Amino acid sequence: MSYFIQQLLNALQLGSIYALIALGYTMVYGVLGLINFAHGDIFMAGAFFGFFIAVMLKLSLVPTLLLAMFLAAVLGIAIERVAYRPLRKAPRMSLIITALGVSLFLENFTRATLGGQQRSFPKLLNVQEFALGGATVTNLQILIIVVSLVLMLLLRYVVQKTMIGKAMRAVSDNKEVLALMGISLDTVVMATFGIGSALAATAGILVGMAYPVIDPYMGIAVGWKAFIAAVLGGIGLIDGALVGGFILGFVEIFAAALLPSTYRDGIAFAILIIVLLLKPTGLLGRPVVKKV
Amino acid sequence: MSFLEVENLEVTYGAITALRDVSFSVEQGEIVTLVGANGAGKTTALRTITGMVAPSKGRVIFEGKDLLKVKAHNIVASGVTHVPEGRGMFGNLTVMENMELATWTRRKDKGQLKKDFDRVFSLFPRLAERKSQKSATLSGGEQQMLAVARALMSKGRLMLLDEPSMGLAPILVKEIFRILVDINRQGTTLLLVEQNAHMALKIAHRAYVLETGHVVMQGSAQELAKDSRIREAYLGG
Ligand SMILES: Nc1ncnc2c1ncn2[C@@H]1O[C@H](COP(=O)(O)OP(=O)(O)OP(=O)(O)O)[C@@H](O)[C@H]1O
Ligand SMILES: [Mg+2]
Repeated sequence: MSYFIQQLLNALQLGSIYALIALGYTMVYGVLGLINFAHGDIFMAGAFFGFFIAVMLKLSLVPTLLLAMFLAAVLGIAIERVAYRPLRKAPRMSLIITALGVSLFLENFTRATLGGQQRSFPKLLNVQEFALGGATVTNLQILIIVVSLVLMLLLRYVVQKTMIGKAMRAVSDNKEVLALMGISLDTVVMATFGIGSALAATAGILVGMAYPVIDPYMGIAVGWKAFIAAVLGGIGLIDGALVGGFILGFVEIFAAALLPSTYRDGIAFAILIIVLLLKPTGLLGRPVVKKV
Repeated sequence: MSFLEVENLEVTYGAITALRDVSFSVEQGEIVTLVGANGAGKTTALRTITGMVAPSKGRVIFEGKDLLKVKAHNIVASGVTHVPEGRGMFGNLTVMENMELATWTRRKDKGQLKKDFDRVFSLFPRLAERKSQKSATLSGGEQQMLAVARALMSKGRLMLLDEPSMGLAPILVKEIFRILVDINRQGTTLLLVEQNAHMALKIAHRAYVLETGHVVMQGSAQELAKDSRIREAYLGG
């Protein structure tokens, strides 16, 4: 039983991270129809922002997190402005190739300037263990889960209740009419990239604290998994990203517990393929109907 | 200088010339209608006014301001609203959310907004009953009403309407046109594009007839409704 609780917490922790990153993929897709392959690298950049803020400015956890979120938002917005916006009317393939290019650029630029070695992430939290129903829990684990959940609820509120959130949902229905309402698509896109990137940076710092090393390529595998989570839940849907993220977290943790751990990535992809065969629009996705 | 002045407009889509040397004007307080058959260029004319299409020649002046220099998303703030062809619903959003988005440029003005919502819902009681229904699930007539209600919430001084009667049963067409007259009486100038020339000429003060990108006739709506060529081409003899 205690073993089960232990794994449950691990799964929640991993699932929160996937969900936080998957939100960025799904939001950008919902607004622009673009798979932002550079999103995993923004997660990496967020971890590095956190690293340098904590090491050089010696800030504590909360200010480090907030500043890194802000810097990642600026980075995400800048990438959209420079790399994606000029291609908004270009064929989709050009946009996909550009996104892959931006991803490789971020990885290699980081490696070239900072080196490819792993760096140990500064201790932003005095990690303490305590017992919970026979399992051992750390305050870091609780922090990761709570911070993620709070941000997810906050995002849901923004998307459902605020004007910018309503505009984000409206874009995917009808870009042209948005302008007739006096709303600039660029404003909505900027908000989308900013919010998605800030969430990814949060995930980067949480992973940095938990792991606790970071490197320029840390965004690749995690980025792919989060992308899978987004597609699994139904890309373009906020709740889909949350559901997909937690499912993937659970599947990976329990697969690794039952099978040799090298199987876990293969299983993640196998699940994606099976779900998409059965339900091409993802778990929460509705079948595509065109109303005339 | 008229309220809205469109001069010598030319619009091309690749090899197709959709509008050639089109000029018309609208005075404050009027209902002006552009009538014409499929493909005459009516939609193109409206889309040019609100910055969704860039003309190759011509001018669009509203209240003395050159609208061609204004970005599409700033046209509303300049005072022109547009009920687009096909209603332009945000289908996944509720009726209320659709209307709220139309208040984007004046979202800070909470007190006034409350009054405006009340006024628009009193014009469209059917929408008031369906505030939290997703707009994609509204009937065609209800969607058309929402499209007009949404434009009203933007509070322009000039409203462009692209075939508000399209696909509606006669009784609903009557209701929509009655509401348009109401809106006009309350002070909004209307530029109405219609294939339903019969109804449009009934409520309009003046009319222009478009044929394959040209203005071929213009005059008071009453006179045009009596004109034999118009009766033959657009009013079923
Ligand atoms: N995006 C476009 N690309 C190419 N041609 C276009 C485009 N939009 C309109 N056209 C062409 O321009 C001409 C005028 O079209 P427009 O939509 O303005 O006509 P309309 O008078 O509104 O017709 P309807 O009553 O059928 O709505 C048509 O020949 C049409 O095929
Ligand atoms: Mg048309």
